[in-house]
Amino acid sequence: MSATILAAECITKQFDGFAALTDIDLTVCKGERIGLIGPNGSGKSTLVNCFAGIIAPDSGSIEFDGTDITATPAWLRAKYGLARTYQIPRPFRGMTVRQNIEVPLRFAVGHTSTRAIGEEAQVILDQVGLADKASISPKVLTQVELRKLELGRALAARPKVLIADEVMAGLSDSEVDEILALLTRLNAQGITILLIEHIMRAVMMFSQRIVVIVAGHKIADGPPDEVMRQDDVERAYLGE
Amino acid sequence: MNFSWDLLVNAFVTGVVLGGFYASAAIGVTIEFGMLDIVNIAHPAFMIAGAYLAYLGWNSFAFDPLVAMAVFAPLGLLFGRAFYRAYHFFFERRGDESLQGLAFFFGVLFIIEIGLVLISGVDYRSVTAPYLGWTFGIGHISVSWRMMVPFLVGLVLLAGIQLYLSRTFTGRTILAVSQDVEAVRLIGADPVRAKEIAFGIATASAIIAGILLIIIQPVEPSIGREYIGRTFAICVLGGMASIPGTLIASLILGVAETFTTTFFGPSWSPAVSFGLLLITLALRPAGLFGR
Amino acid sequence: MSAQTTFEPRSPPVPAQLYSGLAIVLAGAILVAAALLVGSRVSEYYYLAAYTILQFVVLGTAWNILGGYGGYVNFGTAGFFAVGCYTTVFLNKLFHWPLIIDMSAAAATAGLMGLGTGYLTLRLRGVFFSIATLALAIVLQTVISNWSFVGGGRGVYIVRPQISGFFGTYAHLLVVLMIGLATCAVLAAWAVEKSWIGVGLAAIRDNETAAETCGVPSLRLKLIAATTSGALMGMAGAPFPYYVSYVDPATAFSLAIAVNSIAMPLVGGTTTWWGPLVGAIMLGSVQQILTVTISSAANLFIVGVLLVVFLTAAPRGVVGIVRAWKRGGP
Repeated sequence: MSATILAAECITKQFDGFAALTDIDLTVCKGERIGLIGPNGSGKSTLVNCFAGIIAPDSGSIEFDGTDITATPAWLRAKYGLARTYQIPRPFRGMTVRQNIEVPLRFAVGHTSTRAIGEEAQVILDQVGLADKASISPKVLTQVELRKLELGRALAARPKVLIADEVMAGLSDSEVDEILALLTRLNAQGITILLIEHIMRAVMMFSQRIVVIVAGHKIADGPPDEVMRQDDVERAYLGE
Repeated sequence: MNFSWDLLVNAFVTGVVLGGFYASAAIGVTIEFGMLDIVNIAHPAFMIAGAYLAYLGWNSFAFDPLVAMAVFAPLGLLFGRAFYRAYHFFFERRGDESLQGLAFFFGVLFIIEIGLVLISGVDYRSVTAPYLGWTFGIGHISVSWRMMVPFLVGLVLLAGIQLYLSRTFTGRTILAVSQDVEAVRLIGADPVRAKEIAFGIATASAIIAGILLIIIQPVEPSIGREYIGRTFAICVLGGMASIPGTLIASLILGVAETFTTTFFGPSWSPAVSFGLLLITLALRPAGLFGR
Repeated sequence: MSAQTTFEPRSPPVPAQLYSGLAIVLAGAILVAAALLVGSRVSEYYYLAAYTILQFVVLGTAWNILGGYGGYVNFGTAGFFAVGCYTTVFLNKLFHWPLIIDMSAAAATAGLMGLGTGYLTLRLRGVFFSIATLALAIVLQTVISNWSFVGGGRGVYIVRPQISGFFGTYAHLLVVLMIGLATCAVLAAWAVEKSWIGVGLAAIRDNETAAETCGVPSLRLKLIAATTSGALMGMAGAPFPYYVSYVDPATAFSLAIAVNSIAMPLVGGTTTWWGPLVGAIMLGSVQQILTVTISSAANLFIVGVLLVVFLTAAPRGVVGIVRAWKRGGP
């Protein structure tokens, strides 16, 4: 059993009376592949935003690689090695693809030498398959290319944990396979991956463990086959 | 500083009455900024333009200000719709930078203010009507009709807009757009048209507010800038997209300003809205009635 | 027009990067030398016109560091400029220090103001920062109008000090000073743009939340930009009392400053250091010509119209036009 790298304890978040998350506990071990599923509006994105530091939970704590990051600002979490992608891609539209990748290299990783930045950016562009689009503006990329850019930027931060927030949504079957292969490769390199998805076949294929969140509560946490056979999980997806 | 209960009560009542007028100025910002997410800082300029239209009507055609409202508010509605169409075409569709949008509205604000200076000079303009000279009294408290008319019209305006937004189909579409633009598209309605009409209503309310302003006091072109802070402070304090919130926030601002003016002098009233806005953003950014 | 747009990379090998910086310093030095050589053979009018244009180079460049680079629009440039003016007035009343000291004090005061305003409002949406700057300018104007020590609403006369024989007239000295300040401002903008601060600001401007996720400490960078911007604006205001000899709140807080400091970068181009420079020279010269022929209000009206026209038709400004021409041309 490897060390815990990300741990959320008793995370609760309310938005003006609406309970988005209630007492969520989640432990992620180094190198794991975790699938996080749940119906729309169940609180998955809120949880991701809590992990990333975009939202502060009302109560509870978050620990990353031994450090309490509950009050740490988002940019510092990125430096610590906690990276995430955005459901709706958020590229820097005034820069080229390469320059997009260079931002986290300069800030999260802290490179100062232009040459080092250029070299590592090229490595990442090759890894995500955007090398031939390096000098292009994100405004003309296709959806799957934008997702790759999101992953490339997350990767450039040299993450220990990568949270992929619905990175395959709306893609075709072959595009889903492409992204899935990329994520598997990254995991093989030692990156812990938390996959938030609706595409069940991808989640089932990819995850060592599945966590199910419904209406702000965690209702299941275990190996994929076990979890999917659980009654309440079935009900949440197929109705009563 | 002369403390007396009479002074205090009078200041309070005046503040409430002033607040009713402020509500008419701010409702447009609540719609444009709170509901449609359009940072129209030129809204007070539309208001001043409305004041000058009332002056034109009064000076050239002997329009009573209330008549001016009936004549010019519909023009404001049409102009607002056209203006939004242009703004949407050139800026919203691009989706790129809010820097351009903000600078655009600043440019419009500027053009209207300087345009009025070029047309009418920097002299103060005012209108009168016989009934405005009367005073309305209850006990020790007296309020002139110059203030009461804007207060009452302001209340009616807000009530009217609230009814429109909650009872009509277009109105409800506008409310839906303010919450979730994509969802509106999914149900087959046209969010752009809804926003267009909403902007038209907001502009019409600006014209009305301007006419109310010139009833209260003489105006000159630079007065608009004072109202940027006021209207946005009210919008935020009220909770961005809430009409009851706009009213309550307007009353609070009206009272706060009147107290400041009474006890510290009139030149500090612009600081009140600024202070109120900062405090709201620091303590309760969602405002009083915010989601 | 091809479907794919190619950009020049912002991080080329170091030597080429330094060229534009050296060019700025060189240009500044040449201008100073030219001004010193030409001396009093040129009529005072041209010096005053040059002073105004140079002042706008500083203001536009300063505004752009936070506005164009970072995406946070400052509507209260006049407030920072006036703080610079009135720091000089204040110090002049107490002591008679050389202008350089006044300018340093003005930079410090206005810079602190930028830092303070930024700290209070830059954690919020950009629009609230903008409204706060507007309100700040209004409140400052009220404060100064009520402060009799610096002249209050009635204004104050400032006597130009005696100058050594090196400069022909005081206007001469002011222009040389302004050339130096403008060079510093443009150099500062260039340095910010090419440095990691500029990259971070560009990321913040494009998508602040995503920038944070990439490790960009957005509040820190915004505060650096706001402080630098404010300090430069204050420095631009510091010599102004000596330039006009009579300062009152209406002049110091003039609308012309507010609109020009926004219009010039937007017309010139907000993404790079030479945009505000081009915009200031263009709009500044146009206004100098127009003020002679038409009223100052009509003059400002035209600036406002040009601002709106450029925003709708050429949102990337002259910089954008030049770059598009270079791409589509030979």
